[in-house]
Amino acid sequence: MTNTESYFIPEPSRWPIISASSVFVLLFGFILMINDVSVGSMILTAGFLMIGYIFFGWFGAVIDENLRGSYGPNVSTSFRQGMFWFITSEVFFFLTFFACLYYFRGIAIPSLSGEGHQPMSNILWDGFQDVWPLVTLPGDTNVVSGTTYTPPKEAMGAGGIPLWNTIILLSSGGTLTWAHWGLKKESKNQLVLGLMMTVALGLIFFGFQAYEYFHAYTAMDLKLTSGIYGSTFYMLTGFHGLHVTIGTIMLIVITIRSMKDHFTEENHFAFEAVAWYWHFVDVVWIGLYFFVYWL
Amino acid sequence: MSEATAHDDHHDHKPTGIGRWLFSTNHKDIGTMYLIFALVMLFLGGASAMVLRMELFMPGIQIVDPDTYNNLLTNHALIMVFGMVMPAGAGMANWMIPMMIGAPDMALPRLNNLSFWLLPMAGTMLILSMVISYFPGTGTPVNTGWTLYPPLSVQSGMGMDFLIFTVHILGISSILAAINIVTTIVNMRAPGMTWFKMPLFVWSWLFTGLLLIMIMPVLAGGVTMLLFDRHFGTSFFDAAGGGDPVLFQHLFWFFGHPEVYVLLLPSIGVLGLIIPTFSRKPLFAYKPLVWFMAALTALGMVVWAHHQYTVGMSLDATTYFMIGTILISIPVGMMLMSFIFTMWRGAMTFETPMLFGIAIILMFSFAGVTGVMLAVVPADLQYHDSYFVVAHFHYALIPGSVFGLYAAVFYWLPKWTGNMYNETQGQIFFWWTTLSFNLTFFPQHFSGLAGMPRRIVDYSPQFADFNYLSSVGGMLFGLSHLLFLYIIIKTIKGGEKAPANPWEGSQIGTTGLEWTLPSPPPFHSFNTPPAIK
Ligand code: HEM
Ligand SMILES: [Cu+2]
Repeated sequence: MTNTESYFIPEPSRWPIISASSVFVLLFGFILMINDVSVGSMILTAGFLMIGYIFFGWFGAVIDENLRGSYGPNVSTSFRQGMFWFITSEVFFFLTFFACLYYFRGIAIPSLSGEGHQPMSNILWDGFQDVWPLVTLPGDTNVVSGTTYTPPKEAMGAGGIPLWNTIILLSSGGTLTWAHWGLKKESKNQLVLGLMMTVALGLIFFGFQAYEYFHAYTAMDLKLTSGIYGSTFYMLTGFHGLHVTIGTIMLIVITIRSMKDHFTEENHFAFEAVAWYWHFVDVVWIGLYFFVYWL
Repeated sequence: MSEATAHDDHHDHKPTGIGRWLFSTNHKDIGTMYLIFALVMLFLGGASAMVLRMELFMPGIQIVDPDTYNNLLTNHALIMVFGMVMPAGAGMANWMIPMMIGAPDMALPRLNNLSFWLLPMAGTMLILSMVISYFPGTGTPVNTGWTLYPPLSVQSGMGMDFLIFTVHILGISSILAAINIVTTIVNMRAPGMTWFKMPLFVWSWLFTGLLLIMIMPVLAGGVTMLLFDRHFGTSFFDAAGGGDPVLFQHLFWFFGHPEVYVLLLPSIGVLGLIIPTFSRKPLFAYKPLVWFMAALTALGMVVWAHHQYTVGMSLDATTYFMIGTILISIPVGMMLMSFIFTMWRGAMTFETPMLFGIAIILMFSFAGVTGVMLAVVPADLQYHDSYFVVAHFHYALIPGSVFGLYAAVFYWLPKWTGNMYNETQGQIFFWWTTLSFNLTFFPQHFSGLAGMPRRIVDYSPQFADFNYLSSVGGMLFGLSHLLFLYIIIKTIKGGEKAPANPWEGSQIGTTGLEWTLPSPPPFHSFNTPPAIK
């Protein structure tokens, strides 16, 4: 008779306000840390612990409610739409960095080298050449922040590790879909196996990426301080790597939940949300491979 | 039936004590917290504006030193935009949208509370960004203005780091709120509440939400790069490393121009309710109005660089942005036209919300006119960074969004509190604010055209008369808000009891579900989906 059954309104919850405070603690610690205030890293660690506690607590509470069957179809639609809009905002976050890359390569650097609509700008650094990847920088210090730039010895190639990583991430999309089929067929083995393979591929990707960073820093002198090529390279691949890490953690969680039989054919929002997220991370990588490594 | 009533009673049981607020999952309580937060910020932002206006009362430097002036200026803008207008709009969305679409609550009530509680955290960060510069060794205060342009923002002291993370927290809060509101509108409408039966306010928030989801991440990306340039040696905004400070301007205004619609649209939505109510006529051209809003949203995303005509973009780019910007005035103008046609031959009465409504149409049109002047490149090369721009955007923002919020407060206070406000006091407040607002900002058109630059603590004596008027007006405008506060507190405390529907015309041409509930409404709005006409 009443509508509240299908609408489900949660009881008052302490998680939101704890989350907001821990975001504050985390960022406050981070600010102090990067400004060399000694307590900063301790506060930062406290913030991380608080965030971890919330993830267990809040998601745990949601999982419990779900297992108790509190959620009707209306709630699961809301969750799905919420996730959809969240990923949309993430798309715009990454588009920002891709757009910046385009801006540097298409507008800023040509203009510095005396091309484009304002050729006189070459007066700043006479003889500066527009070559991408930019291994020869216009100047050598940032007069405002005081950073001394360290030009890279060479640029990142598109073969080798990046190519392998492309193959790995694309296959992980495949194994995840295969796991989804397993869920639909109600074959637990296929579901768990598919998820485990996806997690494994995610971890391998992560390892390769870490090795690539290490190699870039030590052997190639490609650093955050290597001018705009290094800046954009690390910004794009770094935020992507962060998303892979988060995605892998989420995959591990749903693998464990699959083993505990949490998902059914009708009720598997968490699985879908993680799958969408992972595919999104996949697509971003393809963009990265083309625009950062290859072109 | 008795069973259902018992059930409803159970759900109407309010949590008690401080936990009701801290742990709330109720759209009305969270809405109230948003509104209270906005009110506090209104007074904080207002106080900083009062200091600015006192300093500008006479030429010369009297009260604050230049760095403090610029710091207050920065905080004034950020507090007003992010702390006042946006939370007030979100608070109203929280309160009204579930009632308007016939839902029991928001789609994601816990997320809703998280969006709110992030705001006080951001507010604390913002205050830290101000006070930190008084500690030794923390560098200069934030003195960039709300646009945070590098290289100055790379140079400023530690306060800037706090500000960057303030922006991040605000961004998370807005994105989560937007996700929640959009999901609520799409998924929680009662059966029969079809898209084109939704009140205009709901539409306006749908578009606002979409805008926020698209633009907040871009600002977040931009300030992240700023942080990296400041601390981790990247060269995004430094030409010596191959970067470009102008890029930050593009990122900021890609966010910033749509942001002005984020501020404006909810108030336009409010006008779409108030004008029909007090004209006792259905909203004229409701469907086209929705499409004009959609056009505004889409066009608004692609005209950002009209804020950067003077930085040396190519001729093609400036031409494109000029034409795009001028085109925007078409949907804006059409929206105002449809309000005017709604009033045409209506049986109008002039209660406080309606007075604000009419004043908004007049004064906001004026901002549209100065906007088109600014949109024209050769003209803007003269006006840019002058007080003319200050006058333009205060005419756009105060009538366009702030007065819309005031109108909404008077329109909905009876619904929210169950008490009527005192009409005479409301009208005194209206005339007081409107007149003093014009006294403050109208002269700035002239000082701007005469060449007075903005964001500077001092000015040449030739502008003294205009600034004298502005300062007197500003003080009066500030004072009028004490009356506003008084009216609000008095109405919350008591007064003539309000019926479920205190406004005669409020259900003409719209479903008006919110008026079918008692004033104040029950804790959960609609436990049973309402019948929709
Ligand atoms: C017909 C519509 C409009 C047009 C054509 C227009 C045009 C412009 C232009 C060209 C500028 C840049 C001026 C300069 O810096 O030289 C500007 C500044 C500004 N406008 Fe508008 N505008 C319009 C409506 C609005 C609305 C609706 C709002 C807010 C509700 C708004 C708020 C602002 C703000 C805040 C600034 C200054 C930002 C800053 O530099 O700090 N405008 N407008
Ligand atoms: Cu603009």
